[in-house]
Amino acid sequence: MKNIWSITKKELGQYFGSPVGYTVFAIYLFIWGLFFTSLLRWFNDQGLQAAQNPYYAQQLNINQMVFGPVFHNITIFLLLLLPALSMRLFAEEKKLGTEELLYTSPLSPAQILLGKYLASLIMLVVMLALSSVACVFTFLYGNPEPLPLLLGYLGLFLIGASFLAVGIFCSSLTENQVVAVILAMGINLLIYILSWMAYGASGVLASVLNYLSFLQHFEDLVRGVLDTKSLVYFLSFIFFWLFLTHSWVQSRRWR
Amino acid sequence: MIEVQDLTKKYGELTAVRNLSFKVETGKIWGLLGPNAAGKTTTMRILTGYLPATEGKATVAGHDVFDEPNTVKKAIGYLPENPPLYPEMTVTGYLGFVAAIKQVPAAGRRAAVDRAVKVTALESVRGRLIKNISRGFKQRVGIAQAIIHDPPVLVLDEPTIGLDPAQIREIRELIKGLRGAHTVLLSTHILPEVTQVCDGVVVLNEGRVLASGSLAELAATLEHRHGRDGVVLKLRRGVEEAAALFKSALPGLASAKAGRCGSSGRRTETCGTRSSGSSPTGASASSRCGLRP
Repeated sequence: MKNIWSITKKELGQYFGSPVGYTVFAIYLFIWGLFFTSLLRWFNDQGLQAAQNPYYAQQLNINQMVFGPVFHNITIFLLLLLPALSMRLFAEEKKLGTEELLYTSPLSPAQILLGKYLASLIMLVVMLALSSVACVFTFLYGNPEPLPLLLGYLGLFLIGASFLAVGIFCSSLTENQVVAVILAMGINLLIYILSWMAYGASGVLASVLNYLSFLQHFEDLVRGVLDTKSLVYFLSFIFFWLFLTHSWVQSRRWR
Repeated sequence: MIEVQDLTKKYGELTAVRNLSFKVETGKIWGLLGPNAAGKTTTMRILTGYLPATEGKATVAGHDVFDEPNTVKKAIGYLPENPPLYPEMTVTGYLGFVAAIKQVPAAGRRAAVDRAVKVTALESVRGRLIKNISRGFKQRVGIAQAIIHDPPVLVLDEPTIGLDPAQIREIRELIKGLRGAHTVLLSTHILPEVTQVCDGVVVLNEGRVLASGSLAELAATLEHRHGRDGVVLKLRRGVEEAAALFKSALPGLASAKAGRCGSSGRRTETCGTRSSGSSPTGASASSRCGLRP
């Protein structure tokens, strides 16, 4: 555990020793703010209209009309952004030759992998926490339901952690960070849109595609439904990619 | 302290190291000498646990490299050919990180960093980013990270490569200062480095050992063998001219004879490629330009 934390601390230091951490945070918060304010403004306009129509007023729901769409939009953005956090984790060590230091230290490959993955997860959590400041204001001036909001954030965290798990695998394949980032975006996008393909399919194939895609499980969480199926999906997805990475890193030493 | 037996490493078809055996005594500085691609780096990578060997056995500080990798890794400080540095870290920040992953207890890390900085004379750059310091300082940081956990064994891969003459001298002095407290194995392709710094040497070429032993032993065997036989140089071409040149250039030379390789052209070529290893074993080859001192 101490070894994992040593690696994590080093990785976090490197995110902020270079402009990577600051750039990712700044761009993420800017885009989040843009989505959030434009949807909130639209929601306010709806509120003015609803003042003349009591039936319509009952339909207004800030969770479904503001947070749901914001979460959806932001997943697409995370899909593009998070590979930028994961791309350097292994690729840079190879490029700098520092992997020779790591692999000749009394650390196991699993400790190195977990330390690096944990650092990227901490970055994700901080990003999400910073963006949640916006939600505080909706509680001051309105009454959103807290539970769907929290589950939405849990969904964002799980989908982001999945993107990072794919990203760390791609990073372990190459010493070229550009290759790592493009590969990760490609795989993530492919898995993201599997459910689109399910529209054309039918029967077992459709349900398999739907299950494999991120979207179905993410939507459940955003709607406020905590289904163990979704949790199992995300956790096994993350485990699968970390396991692949570990096997790849291990096998490298025998090739 | 370091013992290698019949070590072989193959990268697919390519054999980098063949049946390598040698021994380094405790507290001594030993050199791995050989041209590029002789298998020096591969040997060191196997000893440090970075690569597994295809065959053979290696023990460091009494522990098998393959069976107890973590015990061995704790006992070794390793400077790879390119110092493994993170350019965006400060010198002390980096050394602190290395101390942590080399299992130096948290309470002793500051002292370990201070000691390594002092031994390698890095005081003037300790707070600076590694990307902003000179090549010589980077090499010192590389040595500092190798000694940070005060390991009994140090493995240094070409520690003086790419430095200017003054820096080379400083690094050599630094390494000499480590004798006694540490057992050092260093690789180089510069012969004077071995004679100046090392107590013993393993000469490698194309993955094989050509000679090994302490410097005194090797000098004695050379004298013994070549006191009578002379020195054999094998040349691919210009054999007669070389013989004449040696006669005129070395006044003390008793005789210089030129002979030919075996009758087939192929044989000549084989002799020629081996010319870099002017080794005692070469004396048996048929091609020669015999020189008698």
